Amino acid sequence: MTEVTRTEETESARVADSAEEGSAQERSAEEAVPALVEPIPRADRFRFTDLLIEATTDIGSRPGRLVMTLVGTVLGIGALVATFGFAQTAAHQIARQFDAVKATQVVVAPAQAQTSGGTSVATGRLPWDSVERVERLVGVESAALVADVPLGNDTVTAVPVNDPSAPAVAQPALIAATPDLLDVVRGTLTTGRMFDSGHEARGDRVVVLGARAAERLGINRVDSQPSVFIGGVPYAVLGVFGDVQTRGDLLDAVVMPLETARKERALGAAGQLQIRIAMGTGPQVGEQAAIALVPGAPETLEVAAPTASSALGENVQADVNIVFLILGGIVLLAGALGIANVTMLTVMERIPEIGLRRALGATRRQIAWQFMIESIVIGLLGGLLGAALAVFAVVGFSLAQQWTPIVDPWIAVGGAVLGAVTGLVAGGFPARRAARVEPVTALRG
Amino acid sequence: MTVSLSDPLTEPLSETRSVPLLELRDVTRSFPGPPEVQALKGVNLRVDAGDYVSIVGPSGSGKSTMLNILGLLDRPSVGEYRIDGVLTGTLSEDERAAVRARRIGFVFQSFHLMSRRTVFDNVMMPMLYSGVPRAEREARALQTLERVGLEHRTRFLPGTLSGGERQRVAVARAVVSKPSVLLADEPTGNLDATTSGEVLRLFDDLRADGLTLIVITHDAVVAERADRRVRISDGRLTEVESAAA
Repeated sequence: MTEVTRTEETESARVADSAEEGSAQERSAEEAVPALVEPIPRADRFRFTDLLIEATTDIGSRPGRLVMTLVGTVLGIGALVATFGFAQTAAHQIARQFDAVKATQVVVAPAQAQTSGGTSVATGRLPWDSVERVERLVGVESAALVADVPLGNDTVTAVPVNDPSAPAVAQPALIAATPDLLDVVRGTLTTGRMFDSGHEARGDRVVVLGARAAERLGINRVDSQPSVFIGGVPYAVLGVFGDVQTRGDLLDAVVMPLETARKERALGAAGQLQIRIAMGTGPQVGEQAAIALVPGAPETLEVAAPTASSALGENVQADVNIVFLILGGIVLLAGALGIANVTMLTVMERIPEIGLRRALGATRRQIAWQFMIESIVIGLLGGLLGAALAVFAVVGFSLAQQWTPIVDPWIAVGGAVLGAVTGLVAGGFPARRAARVEPVTALRG
Repeated sequence: MTVSLSDPLTEPLSETRSVPLLELRDVTRSFPGPPEVQALKGVNLRVDAGDYVSIVGPSGSGKSTMLNILGLLDRPSVGEYRIDGVLTGTLSEDERAAVRARRIGFVFQSFHLMSRRTVFDNVMMPMLYSGVPRAEREARALQTLERVGLEHRTRFLPGTLSGGERQRVAVARAVVSKPSVLLADEPTGNLDATTSGEVLRLFDDLRADGLTLIVITHDAVVAERADRRVRISDGRLTEVESAAA
């Protein structure tokens, strides 16, 4: 009976105390036993910095053990960060090769305006000496003026016979260009030669054929000096080109010198200026080309220049990433298990210490957090090391390959954070186990 | 017939002097078997502030179980344990931890010092949990180490000290937070006669300062230093005699 009364007294005393202090939840353990201990001023309580110090003081005391714990995380995070780094670097490298052609082509054409009738007309024109004008710009490697030459009702044939009963066939396109065209579009001749500046200057009746146009016309060699007849007028075939890296339409075309087109086909204006530039000079050449061509009215020309970004690169990167991410994830899982194992071992080894701390007044929560923080710090350490090693690996490998190393800084930071998260996850179970240690059993012996 | 000292430093926050510092009433502690073991059987013990009590008995007699209950490391299966008249059975785990931190000091047979921390850091540690004002902690640790005669050993690791010195570090750690009672479990069990003497003299000094001491031992020499001797045998307690204070 006495005991019951006492208990109630104690309880009511505590409730009264907590009502003074504020909400019951906010009470800390130190304040909770008014009859036995007085509340500790906030500044003197066990706080986070104390926890951090207690948790980290002994981390380095056994270097061998620390290394063993770190290895898993270092490898896991290292693999992940290196994966991203290699993927980004490789993707950039691949995209660079794929994009090399695209990134080195600038096309200038007269701007178009819509008429009231719905047709579009060119608002400006490219000067005939466009090639000389742009070749002076930094970054321009070669340039060619190109024009589509209308055929009208004329036909392009390999024989001079006009057979009215022959079935209508699609005509190859007739294109006029300055002699540097093949150089600009990186075309290669399969046979013969390209017309040169002499043919251009004289307006000679010569042509070169795109591979498909040549096939259609039945011309596959030039040593027999074949001709094609355009509107019945013979043109000597100088060569056949087989491969272009841009403007694939040229393969279906019969290409004649620009001057010849002006003289023979009454070409009025050039259609576009095709420029090959050095890698990376796209934006600059794009800005300057129109001014160099028509200083008085650069807005009458439209310039299509490559930009810096590359969608292709991103796609390639995404494909490479997925494969390596899975691998990195597996390694990291092994790393987490490693931390969990070693932390568990540490907990078992330090049972006397845990018992001592509990006897000295540490709460279960403080013990759990001590091991948790230790595990997080080890994870963070592993993450930092792993990320650093991975960055070095990517840079080293790229240097050896003469590639441009690319590692998103956020991936390195994320790697370190992921290491800490690994520590958090891995430390959870051992920390709970540590908190459950009974001081009585821990201190025995 | 216990002697009640009126040292204001160690006098607990009780309203009347008649309330004992520690009190066990009909305490039984049984460990589920099989076979079930009753380590304590209906034990009654009253310890007043300032008492120096030794608990003697053969091994397996329940000495350590009693010390664990007195130190709030264990709970009675039956019966009640009061500190300053407050029933401890209703305290939560955290509340018991707080009472341990601030009212109870422990000294163990095997010292339980942290081998990778210096003597100074070992003595600093309990103040983390007991909430000694931060500004006072270092001075308090140094002062306590001086008190046990180890001020020249502050930066040493425990492994480099003799057994007696280690136990004195443990005593310093136990009293640095100024607890109400010091519980010592075979404090001289790992020491030879000379070093045992050092530790016992230290206990005498602490006793003279008014600290309440409860010492578990099977050593008659140690037991005789106490004012009161309590014999425990097969879980039952008998008061041997009361020495004149």
